[in-house]
Amino acid sequence: MSEILLLLLSTALVNNVVLIKFLGLCPVMGVSKSVDSALGMGLATTFVLMLASAASWMLDNWLLQPLGLGYLRILTFILVIASVVQFTEMFVKKTSPGLYQSLGIYLPLITTNCAVLGVALLNVQQQFSLFKSLLYGFGSALGFTLVLLIFAGLRERVALARVPAAFAGAPVAFITISLLALAFMGFSGLNV
Amino acid sequence: MGFMNLFKHVLGDDWGVHPDDHKRPAADRPVRVMPVPARLYLPLQQHLGGPARPVVLVGQSVKKGELIAEAQGAVSAPIHAPTSGTIAAVTEITAPHPSGLTLQAIILEADGLDEWQELSGCDDPFALDPAEIGKRVAAAGVVGLGGAAFPSAVKLTGASRSKVTTLVMNGGECEPYLSCDDRQMRDSAAGIVDGIRIMLHATGAKVALVGIEDNKPEAIAAMQAAAAGVANVEIRPVPARYPMGSEKQLIQVLTGKEVPADGRAFDIGVVVHNVGTALAVRAAIREGKPLISRVVTVNGNCAANPGNIEVRVGTLAEEVIAFAGGLKGDGLGLARRVMGGPMMGMQIPHWRVPVVKGSSGILAFDAAEVAEQEPNPCIRCGSCVKACPMGLLPLEMSARIRNEAYDDAIGLGLKDCIACGCCAYVCPSKIPLVQFFVHAKGELAAQDRAKLRNDATKKLALQRQDRLAREAREKAEAAAKRKAEREAAAVAKAAATAAAGQGEVV
Amino acid sequence: MIAAILSLTVLGAVLGIALGIANKFLKVEGNPVVEELVAMMPGSNCGQCGFPGCTGAAEAIVAGTAAATCCPPGGKALASAIAAKLGLTVDLSALGDDGPKIAVVSEELCIGCCRCSKVCPTDAIIGAAKQVHNVFREACTGCESCIDKCPTEALAMKPVPVTLQHWVMPRPLSA
Repeated sequence: MSEILLLLLSTALVNNVVLIKFLGLCPVMGVSKSVDSALGMGLATTFVLMLASAASWMLDNWLLQPLGLGYLRILTFILVIASVVQFTEMFVKKTSPGLYQSLGIYLPLITTNCAVLGVALLNVQQQFSLFKSLLYGFGSALGFTLVLLIFAGLRERVALARVPAAFAGAPVAFITISLLALAFMGFSGLNV
Repeated sequence: MGFMNLFKHVLGDDWGVHPDDHKRPAADRPVRVMPVPARLYLPLQQHLGGPARPVVLVGQSVKKGELIAEAQGAVSAPIHAPTSGTIAAVTEITAPHPSGLTLQAIILEADGLDEWQELSGCDDPFALDPAEIGKRVAAAGVVGLGGAAFPSAVKLTGASRSKVTTLVMNGGECEPYLSCDDRQMRDSAAGIVDGIRIMLHATGAKVALVGIEDNKPEAIAAMQAAAAGVANVEIRPVPARYPMGSEKQLIQVLTGKEVPADGRAFDIGVVVHNVGTALAVRAAIREGKPLISRVVTVNGNCAANPGNIEVRVGTLAEEVIAFAGGLKGDGLGLARRVMGGPMMGMQIPHWRVPVVKGSSGILAFDAAEVAEQEPNPCIRCGSCVKACPMGLLPLEMSARIRNEAYDDAIGLGLKDCIACGCCAYVCPSKIPLVQFFVHAKGELAAQDRAKLRNDATKKLALQRQDRLAREAREKAEAAAKRKAEREAAAVAKAAATAAAGQGEVV
Repeated sequence: MIAAILSLTVLGAVLGIALGIANKFLKVEGNPVVEELVAMMPGSNCGQCGFPGCTGAAEAIVAGTAAATCCPPGGKALASAIAAKLGLTVDLSALGDDGPKIAVVSEELCIGCCRCSKVCPTDAIIGAAKQVHNVFREACTGCESCIDKCPTEALAMKPVPVTLQHWVMPRPLSA
């Protein structure tokens, strides 16, 4: 039990996928203008990450390793992730057209979200069991969603502030997220 | 912060502000009655609701108190001639409004006789049906004299319909500089109490609570003396604090009940009227006199001789000031002209605007009183949050309005804002907060109007498309019918000729 | 080598078939967002946006090729409603500062030819043949369809006059 908690905490906070590992920065900058769409993006990414973790573990353990095809790993993972994203896109379009519209190009771009591929590859590297892979995927997704939400909330506040013209828009967003990253560095001293 | 203050702060009971009231010496001087000026300018809209519709012709002579414009719509009020004379014109004049726009007005040339039309009063108003009182008050054009100028009859009949239990009489007069209600309570306390009793009868309320701020001890004493023998009229001194005279705040202080956010006073069984309105109601019922004059406070550092003046509705502010004693140094130091109170009144572009039924004051401020300053950025001190009597977050709302995020501002309670100006008054950065809110409310109302209009024109467009389609279909059908008829005729003709041909053969 | 080719082929085929089946179940007919936008738009198909009718404009806005502010008759209210629906940020100041305009007939020039009233998408122009026409102010969307039709240039676009009822306090400039 404590191991599960440890894994979740360390993936979500200590080794946060966005702010510590610097993976998946594209949607963090792109879909953080409002908390609502940030939440939608976080949930979609969580969904993809979980499915991709499970699918890639099965592929690796039941197909690639028995056949000695480790060199096809990245290729097959990308294939699986792309399919999962395609499926997610159809699902979101069907269930929530508004969210689909507001996520726009960033939804299909989850395919190239390096956080997803990164987590799948890290799972293999660390030789996790299926359950732990899922947990690792979930923890990472939790961390991703958390950062996306915090950052979107901050940007909503910053949008109300009187930012000097030279800093308005992307520059102040970068400053904000770098400060956020500094704050998350504090978790590295966490003694769980 | 003392212990009591801390306690109040925790309870959220330290709303409002305590501006220097500047009420004296104007309040201590007796009311002067201004003679009728040569011309009166009577705007058709002196009240909230639909504008009145003129019922007189140019050149027609009217008696004092004669109806010259009738109410139009459910919420509206008629207008009566404040003196006898001739209708000179119906035209556009500058409105007593910060926009400086014009509005339609009847111009009345006084004949100097000041001759009343025949009046029909009523000696025993308590024998009248409440609905009848409402009708007579409506016919007399009585509106709330506190400033908002809401037609009083609408509130009286609405109150009796929604079975209110408490009549709150607003003698707060929390706006600095103004003292017209104070003066009337000192001078005509008995009349006000009589008016309150008539209003109690009209609304069906059990008790009338008269809230008077404790900075008017003379008025409280006079009213207490007048109400001494009357069981269901209670005089209640309330702490002097702005905006104590705001409907929702006064109700909460006097009854302990809170008006719900999107509700009205009726919903909690309360109706609020101004004390000056009680006098107007009394005159309308007892003597049959319509509302044609009111007491106005002339005040401000630039006014040479501040005081309260009874003027006819429609008198130009210019003439009122001249009668009151003019401006110091011929208005050289004048920085701002205001009609109404300094907190919620209207800044007017020049003095040639008429006193209307809702005008409580004519204020001439010098630069020191206006204390205009360039706004600085918000320092997030929270003074406005503490001052807001409605418990809103002015700094957050204004930041959103600046970014045109009006929906977010509504989420923060923009619609509950009463535009009292406390936030702007306390703001150390001198941010014109209340202007942001007034702007946003106007903008939202404009968007609502645009949306309604859009829906209406969309309906028209769809109807037109339907009509064009129907016309095309009918045309096609008619053409088909004609074609069929032609063909039938041709067939018949052919048959006939064939028959004829056969006949010839035979 | 063969194992690699085979496994990739099988994997691709399986995933492709799975997606194909999913597509069948999750198919969306038309674009519901476009339909919602069309319902919000004026529906007069005036063409001021440069698209063929309101449906065209709605499609373009959803596709991102047109701004949410492209509909002049809809004004700020429509633009902000669309922006809220699609999660866009719009610059409302892009909508003309001079406010809405409506068509006005100058009576001394009108010859009563009825050409304008035939094209008005909202039937806002009233008048019979050889009679001076007039524009029904409340129904005019300011689409300008009629302006070019007038042979005597009697029709002109004039800003809607600001009245006390419609006046909005300007937004404070600073702070």
